Amino acid sequence: MSGTVPARLGVLALLSWAMSASAGTLTIKGSDTMVALCQRWASAFRDANPGVRVQVTGGGSGTGLSALLEGSTDIAMSSRPIAPIELERLKQRTGVDPVVVEVARDGVTFFVNPANPVRALSVAQLAGLFSGDVTRWSQVGGDDRRVILYTRETTSGTSEFVRERLLGGLDFAPIAQPLPGTGAVVNAVSRERFGVGFGGAAFSRGVVPLRVRVADDEVAPTPEAVKSGRYPFSRSLTFVLARPAEGDTKRFLEWIASDAGQALVVAAGFFPLR
Amino acid sequence: MRELTQPAVAARPGPPSVDAQRRAARWDLLVELAVTGAGVAGIVLLLLMIVFVVREALPLVLDPVQREQASLAKLLLPQPWRDGHAPALLWNPTSKVPKVSVWPLVIGTLKVTGVALAVAAPAGVAAALFTSEFAPSRLRTWVKPTIELLAGIPSVVLGSFALMTLASALQSAFGFDFRLNALVAGLAMSLAIVPVIYTLSDDALRAVPHTYREAALALGATRWETAFRVVLPAAAPGVLGALVLGVGRAVGETMIVLMASGNAALVSANLAEPTRTVSATIAAEMGEVVMGSTHASLLFLLGAILFVFNLVLNVTAGAWVRARLARREGAPS
Repeated sequence: MSGTVPARLGVLALLSWAMSASAGTLTIKGSDTMVALCQRWASAFRDANPGVRVQVTGGGSGTGLSALLEGSTDIAMSSRPIAPIELERLKQRTGVDPVVVEVARDGVTFFVNPANPVRALSVAQLAGLFSGDVTRWSQVGGDDRRVILYTRETTSGTSEFVRERLLGGLDFAPIAQPLPGTGAVVNAVSRERFGVGFGGAAFSRGVVPLRVRVADDEVAPTPEAVKSGRYPFSRSLTFVLARPAEGDTKRFLEWIASDAGQALVVAAGFFPLR
Repeated sequence: MRELTQPAVAARPGPPSVDAQRRAARWDLLVELAVTGAGVAGIVLLLLMIVFVVREALPLVLDPVQREQASLAKLLLPQPWRDGHAPALLWNPTSKVPKVSVWPLVIGTLKVTGVALAVAAPAGVAAALFTSEFAPSRLRTWVKPTIELLAGIPSVVLGSFALMTLASALQSAFGFDFRLNALVAGLAMSLAIVPVIYTLSDDALRAVPHTYREAALALGATRWETAFRVVLPAAAPGVLGALVLGVGRAVGETMIVLMASGNAALVSANLAEPTRTVSATIAAEMGEVVMGSTHASLLFLLGAILFVFNLVLNVTAGAWVRARLARREGAPS
């Protein structure tokens, strides 16, 4: 059984590669945070290059990477660093080194409902909220109401990133409610007066992004703070490819790095590389 | 099958030719084989599905690594999870130290199903009593298809309704801390199972012979007494079947709970707290799981738990119905 699975996956990979090559379709899958941005890129690239089809789907960074491993996507979008074991597995499948390309930068924003008076929290206070040690808003300068935590299901790169960076890899509080997408978290917090959640900076409609207190300073997730890394929750958004890019894939990547491509990063609410 | 063709053959003028008889017999055989084949295929598919689920969960018992990572103690007993906190029953299989207690999920399923049944059973059975015993037949021809139409609403639509509208309405009405909770999910779920319970109960009630009603009315019972004390008990096996199907649907239903329950795996009896069901866990985690890992085997174990639950429910209900029928038929009348 275990011997035949890789073989079958290999065949699948070949098949999907052959199919995508013949149809001129570039498939991109992964991070939900990056879907909106990538769709902008895809449609602009299509306009500039008729005949090339780019298909973008979400599901989470983990989903994208496992699709890449199965060969059912050309590019995986990842909003978290790729684990060494994942790169190792990819290399085992293809025999060549996978390629990781930084395409934009993002600040993970923590947000609250506009009705909540809290506007800035320190990293320690945020950690207290999400680990469950702080259960009432009054403990961090808000109303005496219960803190309602929203996180993401474990497929989410954003969730992994926050867990690593904020809680040092420990679990979120058991009472935290994992929702299936960043959009769902924003929606939930916009309807829950005492909710708090997180997501890419691109999502902030109906919610108020929190500033993060660093030393005596309050740092908002602004482009400068994210690019300089002064905002503590900034990260790279990356594309992962199973093998070095060629043909349409290569043109797409070059175009993304161009001024036109990076202008769309700003339009989508993320931060450009330069 | 063969007897059925006899009259047609006999109706023909003159004795049928040997050839025609042979052709009819061959046709009969073909149809019989096709029907039997379809029946057997259904059973075989079901068996294969059970075999598949069990086989995927089997490494939990056979593989020493998985047996260690998901031992019985870890599945069933409180485990340490954080310094300074008491051991607890937690589900977090992708954590650095995986927590794999099935209790929060089983309790979540029971909570949501319980709420759904508590609402849908009285509502569905009462509606069925109304349409079968009290409603003018013209009203019934309206009401029944309308309620059955509810069954055609995709569960993702019910889930969205619960997530967007019902959750906010309940929170502002009752002041719940948590907007998404077991009660919201259970109420949305009841919308999904009311049509099942209603329509099958209605069929069961209408199948009760009219002589029962006539006898009761002749003895001076009111229409209400007739309906509630005579017709309903007589239809009890069918109504129970309706409830069992409703529970089966509620236990397996995924989309509504995924969207409306808040998905936090808690061991708590509080209906106003978020909850995570077995089915929602499988749906949320199967997409990202590494096949062959302990986590994957655990998800199949959860599938097996759902399956066994429904099996026990069906068998128990079946036994109850048989005992009841036997008692009724054995009673001196």
